[in-house]
Amino acid sequence: MAGGREIVTKIRSVENTKKVTSALEMVSASKIRKSQDLMKESRPYARMMHRVIGHLGKARPEYRHPFTIEHPDVKRVGYIVISSDRGLCGGLNNNLFKQILADMGEWQKKEVDVCMVALGKKAMAYFKNVKVEIMAAASDFGEKPQIEDLIGSVRGMLDQYSEKKVDRVYLVYNDFVNTMVQKPVIEQLLPLPPTDDEEVRDIWDYIYEPDAETLLNSVMTRYIEALVYQGVLENLASEHAARMIAMKSATDNASDLIDELNLVYNKARQAAITQEISEIVGGAAAV
Amino acid sequence: MTKTIRCDIVSAHEEIFSGEVKMVFASGIAGDLGISPRHAPLITQLKPGPVRVQDEAGEEQFYFVSGGIIEVQPHVVTVMADTAMRGEDLDQAAAEAARAEAERELADRTGDMEIAEAQAKLLEAVAQLQAMERLRKNLKR
Repeated sequence: MAGGREIVTKIRSVENTKKVTSALEMVSASKIRKSQDLMKESRPYARMMHRVIGHLGKARPEYRHPFTIEHPDVKRVGYIVISSDRGLCGGLNNNLFKQILADMGEWQKKEVDVCMVALGKKAMAYFKNVKVEIMAAASDFGEKPQIEDLIGSVRGMLDQYSEKKVDRVYLVYNDFVNTMVQKPVIEQLLPLPPTDDEEVRDIWDYIYEPDAETLLNSVMTRYIEALVYQGVLENLASEHAARMIAMKSATDNASDLIDELNLVYNKARQAAITQEISEIVGGAAAV
Repeated sequence: MTKTIRCDIVSAHEEIFSGEVKMVFASGIAGDLGISPRHAPLITQLKPGPVRVQDEAGEEQFYFVSGGIIEVQPHVVTVMADTAMRGEDLDQAAAEAARAEAERELADRTGDMEIAEAQAKLLEAVAQLQAMERLRKNLKR
């Protein structure tokens, strides 16, 4: 029987692969739910942050925080890139990186320096080989990212902005639209976009304790951190969704392959039987 | 005449409290605060300690925060609790650690990625060998 055994081995190995991919698919499906819950839980904080920042924008503080001041001459831009730690999630990371490279290219054409904070192993591994300065890195956030994991890496970039060493800061991550769609987005973090000045009613200001500078500093830092944290959660949900889709199509492909191989195997077996019968018949006729 | 003030207490991971209250007590960095409705706008950092809210029935509820920010508007109080221990030195140390991590990764030529890539290449080579083997057998036949 020509190739019979080889085909059987091949079928076995594809079956094993199929088992792995379908297991991964199921794991991701359950993780999507959890990461969506996380996103939901962190939303009140972001909403309150937004409210306070909105109020602050309406107040007339005696002190203007560096984060709200635009640098007119852009010489250096910073990216905070959020990627996944693990692969096998389709084109999720690569699409994101391509987008960043295109965006970076635009800046580099204008002779603007680019630096980067890489969050997640994949970003680190990818941009290691790209001509870009990596200022800070963090990875291994796990299934439940904590805000404190981000403080350090974000802080470096914010300090650079305050010292006017960086003139723009962008946040890059995969936005979780739904299970089927994840969209790479590049958001401007700094300078903070000015709040609309429509509601200039009466001039008022806060009572600051201890003083405006310290206070605005800590509020702004927390605001940026909350935005980055939200990005990390979005990216996590996107990662699981992308992996689920990728693994689902891999499982489907494996099923198709098994069907095809089975067909080939059966045909080969049939041919062998037919040949044997005709040999026997031929042999009997000769006697 | 409003007799209550809206109070929202949140942390990065959850909504801790939300509702109309008669009074809010918290320990700010410059001293303890008692906030009644129609308080003047105020914003301050919180010390680690309890935040108490008193509802309309006069019942009190305690929440512990490890620091954060409280913002007061005449009709609304927002408490944003930190989940992490914060401080200038701690933040600085964290920033230092993140930079060291980047440097370590950059210097590390045999990271997980390299191993994974090498493994992938090895698998590819094995598959090619197997294909050649099979071809040779078929030719013999």
